[in-house]
Amino acid sequence: MASATRSLPVEARGVTVRYGALAALDDVDLTFDGSAPLAVLGANGAGKSVLLRVLHGLVAPSEGGVTWSGASTRPRDQAMVFQRPVLLRRSALANVEYALAVHGVRGRERRERAAEALARVGLEKIASRPARVLSGGEQQRVALARAWATRPRVVYLDEPTASLDPSAAAEVERVMGEMRSAGTAIVFTTHHLGFARRAAAEVVFLDRGRVTERTAVPDFFARPRSPEAAAYLQGELP
Amino acid sequence: MRLPIAASIAAFLLAASSAAAAEDFITVASTTSTEQSGLFKSLLPEAKKALGFDVHVVAVGTGQALDIARRGDADVVFVHDKAAEEKFLAEGYGVKRYDVMYNDFVIVGPKGDPAHAKGTDVVAALEKIAGAKAPFASRGDKSGTDAAEKRYWKEAGIQPAGSWYRETGSGMGPTLNTASGMNAYALTDRGTWLSFRNRGDLVILVEGDAKLFNQYGVMLVNPAKHPHVKKEMGQRFIDWLISPAGQRTIASYRIGGQQLFFPDYKPLAVGR
Amino acid sequence: MHDIGASFVLAYHLATGGDPELWAIVELSLAVSVSSALLACTLGLPLGALVALQQFPGRRALIVAMNALFGLPSVVVGLVVYLMLSRAGPLGSFGILFTPPAIVIAQTVLVTPIVAALARQFVEDAWHEYREQLTSLGVSALRAVPTLLWDLRYSLLTVVLMGLGRATSEVGAVMIVGGNVSGVTRVMTTAIALETEKGDLPLALALGVILLALVVALNAAASVLRDWSLARHG
Repeated sequence: MASATRSLPVEARGVTVRYGALAALDDVDLTFDGSAPLAVLGANGAGKSVLLRVLHGLVAPSEGGVTWSGASTRPRDQAMVFQRPVLLRRSALANVEYALAVHGVRGRERRERAAEALARVGLEKIASRPARVLSGGEQQRVALARAWATRPRVVYLDEPTASLDPSAAAEVERVMGEMRSAGTAIVFTTHHLGFARRAAAEVVFLDRGRVTERTAVPDFFARPRSPEAAAYLQGELP
Repeated sequence: MRLPIAASIAAFLLAASSAAAAEDFITVASTTSTEQSGLFKSLLPEAKKALGFDVHVVAVGTGQALDIARRGDADVVFVHDKAAEEKFLAEGYGVKRYDVMYNDFVIVGPKGDPAHAKGTDVVAALEKIAGAKAPFASRGDKSGTDAAEKRYWKEAGIQPAGSWYRETGSGMGPTLNTASGMNAYALTDRGTWLSFRNRGDLVILVEGDAKLFNQYGVMLVNPAKHPHVKKEMGQRFIDWLISPAGQRTIASYRIGGQQLFFPDYKPLAVGR
Repeated sequence: MHDIGASFVLAYHLATGGDPELWAIVELSLAVSVSSALLACTLGLPLGALVALQQFPGRRALIVAMNALFGLPSVVVGLVVYLMLSRAGPLGSFGILFTPPAIVIAQTVLVTPIVAALARQFVEDAWHEYREQLTSLGVSALRAVPTLLWDLRYSLLTVVLMGLGRATSEVGAVMIVGGNVSGVTRVMTTAIALETEKGDLPLALALGVILLALVVALNAAASVLRDWSLARHG
């Protein structure tokens, strides 16, 4: 049980991830210490989702390695929210409780923290409803509550608003903002540039598996340094 | 997740306890033809009344019944193959053999009797059947009936072979089903025949030959070989079978008004 | 053909006649089959799920073996269990040969591989949906077994029913280890076998109709349960 390791800073060194002949990530060096929320941007197939999974410890690199606070075992104080939430066939509350149970939280504390997490995302009224019959936005918020309930050091979010309508997306943004305020580090990918601008302080731009630049948000959107990033912002890249 | 585990354990224990609780029973290895004649349906309730314990009858072929007894999986063995029973005794697996009753075999065949087998001489009938190569369904399963059939062929000096002689390798019922389906001759015990509903065109053609009498014997499995054998209860069952009450119960069993089994325990004729 | 018609009529009369012997047989059949199915699922579902989720050397070979055991001939199982439970065998001192627990044991041996092989297939197929999320949550393969078994409960109900069906329909192994003792180990299938042997085909068919009706009722109940839960849980 390697729970002593902290999830941050997370450092990727020389990471290459190959799927067959294709390199989804190509010799990527990246360090994230959580001091500022980070958005990972790039065209489709640039490697954004793969990068998040590598940092989270879900995908092992074909070359190079990832360390968390210098250790190479995947730590437990991190969470991830996926584009489509995977919830268990039980109530919303039970889904959040499940994550807490896995983290060793029992009994009354578990129930209370789960209820609190759902309340923070505005879902206290539907706590006992089966999670899978909720709307897309509600399900994503349950996933957020689940991720947040275990008090992770960092939350990775892979296109969290991609399958949501604008009001649901706004809710997700709101919750992410609260996470930030509460001191949880955030790394996310998205195609919604406005969302990226509002929610992140830093941008990493990927092009065909390589990091082409890492810039503060205002500078990135005003004066992107790489031509690929410029083309992306112009809407020329897919 | 816990519920199914608890449920299965409970169910298993229930099933187990219902078996163990009735420690007051004996296991008797007997034959399918005896079971199928329906004798036990009439005999066992009377036995229970007289003895106060249950009798569990496992009905298989004679060979298997004796094998079950050799392994110690039965307390008493009750079959109808004297030669095999005496061998069983000689091997030390049984204590003592008692004659209990006899029934008889008959040869059934198509009403038209193409081989002209009809009569009261079983060996002559088989000679005619073989001569005519008329279809004959045999059990071929090491049972008492099968052993008897093989003895009759041997006496006729015939080794039955050819497409007319079908060994089914199964019990009396299925063999009769086959005979009925093929319009063939067959050797069967009268009991099974009387209860058999699927006769087709078959009727009894040969009966009454003394050679066709089928002697039943009962033995207690030897506790010296198998200490767990329920010897007191087993012996009480045997004693009841050969008692006047038991013998009367055997005689009283009828099918369609016809007596099937003829009790013949003679206390003075000390069976081995 | 008229045999079958006569059997339906006979089946109806038997079922509604309240014949105590018949109901004792039905009760026993249900008791041993449900016990073995439950035991087999208790053993086989976690085993199948674990093989689906955990990587270990020889996993592929084990899966091939599990799938092969699907077709385990029941008379072989009957014979082996008989030899084990016989007084002359290793477990003889328990004295359970020719009693209902012997039937439960034989049927469990038969049904567990079926449940395990099917569960493995179901869980392995569903795993790609859950893998990332559960790994992200820090759930180990072992810990994921009960989670997935519960989450897939409606699909796995099919597996349970298959196990129950297999147990209920078994005759060869039950005959060998049970001995078809009247009132003790005579179940529907062995009763049917006996009546067929005696040539009383209408009765055998009638018993068969009753057995089928039971099995259909069980499956219908499960189907209703599945539909209701699907609507509730999505």
